[in-house]
Amino acid sequence: MTRVRRWLPGLLLVSPSIILIAVFVYGLLGWNFKLAMTDKHDEIAEIPGNFVGLENFTGIWSEERWGLSVRHSIIFTVVFVVGALVLGWLLAFLMEKDIRAESGFRAVYLFPMAVSFIATGVVWRWLMNSATGERAVGLNRLFHYLGVDFLQWQWFRDPDWGMAAMAIPAIWQMSGYIMALFLAGFRGVPEELREAARVDGCSEWGVYRHVVLPMLRPVTLSALIILGHISLKVFDLVVAVSGKQIITDVPATFMWTAVYDSHDPAKGATIASYIVLSVVVFVVPYLIWDARKGKRS
Amino acid sequence: MTAHVAEKAPRTAPAPVRERGRTAAWVRLVLLLLFVLVFLIPVYVLLVTSFKPLSEADPAQAWNLPKVWTTEAWSVAWEKLEPGIVNSFLLAIPGSLISAALGSLNGYVLSKWRFPGADVLFTLFLFGMFIPYQGVMIPLVQLMVDVGDALGVQLYGGIPGLVLAHVVYGIPICTLIFRNYYVTIPDELIEASRVDGAGMLRTLWSIVLPVSGPAFAVVIIWQFTSMWNDFLFAVFLTGPSSWPTTVMLNNIAGAVTTPYSQQMAAAILASIPTMVIYVLLGRFFMRGLMAGALKG
Repeated sequence: MTRVRRWLPGLLLVSPSIILIAVFVYGLLGWNFKLAMTDKHDEIAEIPGNFVGLENFTGIWSEERWGLSVRHSIIFTVVFVVGALVLGWLLAFLMEKDIRAESGFRAVYLFPMAVSFIATGVVWRWLMNSATGERAVGLNRLFHYLGVDFLQWQWFRDPDWGMAAMAIPAIWQMSGYIMALFLAGFRGVPEELREAARVDGCSEWGVYRHVVLPMLRPVTLSALIILGHISLKVFDLVVAVSGKQIITDVPATFMWTAVYDSHDPAKGATIASYIVLSVVVFVVPYLIWDARKGKRS
Repeated sequence: MTAHVAEKAPRTAPAPVRERGRTAAWVRLVLLLLFVLVFLIPVYVLLVTSFKPLSEADPAQAWNLPKVWTTEAWSVAWEKLEPGIVNSFLLAIPGSLISAALGSLNGYVLSKWRFPGADVLFTLFLFGMFIPYQGVMIPLVQLMVDVGDALGVQLYGGIPGLVLAHVVYGIPICTLIFRNYYVTIPDELIEASRVDGAGMLRTLWSIVLPVSGPAFAVVIIWQFTSMWNDFLFAVFLTGPSSWPTTVMLNNIAGAVTTPYSQQMAAAILASIPTMVIYVLLGRFFMRGLMAGALKG
């Protein structure tokens, strides 16, 4: 009884949050999946729709637009995740040893994180304007100034690889964050360890490969999870840069059009479910791994 | 201690190594400066374009400085954006304060007043941080309409509903930040207070809250920034009279008739509040960022 009296007040104090999370996170996720398994393809109808199982989940693959948006999402994810990881790592590597004005550099690389994708999308749409030749503005015009006209291209309007261009603003915005993560990782490697490896005859590169890199693994994993889940749900950036064009459609923008233009809740919920599933498959193992790690330490 | 060793090391190194180290340091500095230039290209474009008069809106002068500097685009942009900026403040100020209060309570209990299953609960909370909000959006709209109707208040399409959404989905990160902060308070302090006969709330009030300043700063800044910059919730949950800055900006910039100078001025105006916070309180912002990735 005294034990219960010891922890019960705490539980009561947290209970409003527990209820909110239970309803708004888990309840609504469940509701969304349930809706995705009905034939409620008309938002006006008051009827809740009939259960149709996984019909919507399989049927959507026959839609050309869905296939496109998945393809776009994959291209974007690969370019963005690899680009931000490599650039973030490189910046951290360059800043690792004490460098003059370190805080100034950090401030510059990180400032895009404080601004919305909508605001930066405005300037990136201008920079990645697809006009070439006389009418070129943005980066195409800059390439002309620099005498590298052959670099001019359609950017995000390129029908095949446009989504790779869409990843550029995202890399610009997020690589400072990845830099900060890696920098913390680098600094977490005790100098004694490096020194010991040097005494054992390791070259600087050897020290890096065999001592520093293995210790960066947890940071790299965190960075991958963060970048991956941002990438799979990317929405604002695409809307700000290109609006609702099919040429840059991703699942999140497709869902938006399904809800507000096609007025098809079941389809919107189906797309939303796919976005959730794509994130869940790697976030849940990560969270479980993290919880276990926390218990051990 | 390790930082101390790292600082001393180069000075005691033999001469040739020091020489090579110096060249490498210069190469690194030059590369870092090059990256600074690349990172600032969008800022240059924003500023330069926003001060140009319409007569200079010519592709051939796209990268030039304005011949005549004018703020006309800024005043038009301000006029169009102002209601959104007001709405964003009405959203982000109360929202971030409520978030901080909830996060503080949760973090306190989950670190110092634990109950059976607290760890599992914490992991279940954290999952809420990672879910793509698209996955709850359609039912969320429905729920807000239904609850609003039942209670006779406007949740859907108004700012209170948007505040509610941000507060609820902000619980995981706020709880995480406070929990990790409170873990560093020695258990003996809490225990001593308990022995003195203080209850849970009394201990929170007189022992924990007085040292919580930094955690409150981190959470308020984090939540303010994410509420200010959010577009997804805003576009699904608000209507024209309650549109925050991001939605207004997207409408202004998305219209083909808006000249570039106005688009850029509006984008800058929309970013000023969070940029000011970043410049003045950057280190708290950084801690919020790191909390999302590295625990403890």
